[in-house]
Amino acid sequence: MIGTVPILKIGRTLLVSIQIELSDAVAEGMQNDVLAALERTNAKGIVVDISGFDTVDTYVARILAETAKMAKLMGARSVLVGMRPEVAATLVRMGYTMDDVQFALNLDEGLALLGHVIPR
Amino acid sequence: MIDVVAQYRLEIQIEDDIVIVRRKARQLAQARKLDPFATAAITTAVSELTRNVLVHAGGGSVVLEEISDGERYGVRATFEDHGPGIANLELALAGGHSTSKTMGLGLSGSKRLADRFEVKTEKGVGTTVRIEKWQGL
Repeated sequence: MIGTVPILKIGRTLLVSIQIELSDAVAEGMQNDVLAALERTNAKGIVVDISGFDTVDTYVARILAETAKMAKLMGARSVLVGMRPEVAATLVRMGYTMDDVQFALNLDEGLALLGHVIPR
Repeated sequence: MIDVVAQYRLEIQIEDDIVIVRRKARQLAQARKLDPFATAAITTAVSELTRNVLVHAGGGSVVLEEISDGERYGVRATFEDHGPGIANLELALAGGHSTSKTMGLGLSGSKRLADRFEVKTEKGVGTTVRIEKWQGL
């Protein structure tokens, strides 16, 4: 389907790379898809790559944070990777905090954080 | 003295309009060479305020403008709705007090992100919010 977010499995990690502008509906669809994929694949970790985002508003931030919390209830750890400087600055200036979410600079760091290091 | 270089009026009626309005704001900010931080700030604030119009007033409109003071360019967004008005403006501007499914940071967050921020609200009449973001000095 056009406009959805692909979810890839690498080992026991799900990789969600969001490269499209998220409407509210697509963001919610992504949340459902990630949780469904978690159940289907028995993955233990989720890496969500948001390096394609130059804007994250509080709605999308909430969906991302909620997804991580829901995945945690299902026994999986989540890491958000690739947040751009301007996005980080904007969220902090707005007063938004994502306390329960883990972050990493990039995909490599995110996978390493989950203990899924890909040998070079 | 601020000149309006170009003006675009967009309706805010359905959820997909949030993406359309946000995209237009980003396009204007980039066209007027706001830096990535200022572009993210205005784009995010526009996204928050567009959602506010939809969620709290059921719809409305926004006028996006490319503006100039003779030395710099900027982007201005003026949101207008005929919803119930903001019952407690002080509380809404303090942030974190959501009255609906939003985070409650829309108004306060947008104020923090913008270079200029104005809000006028009247119970039963509606709300107007205007923000500006300028190129860095």
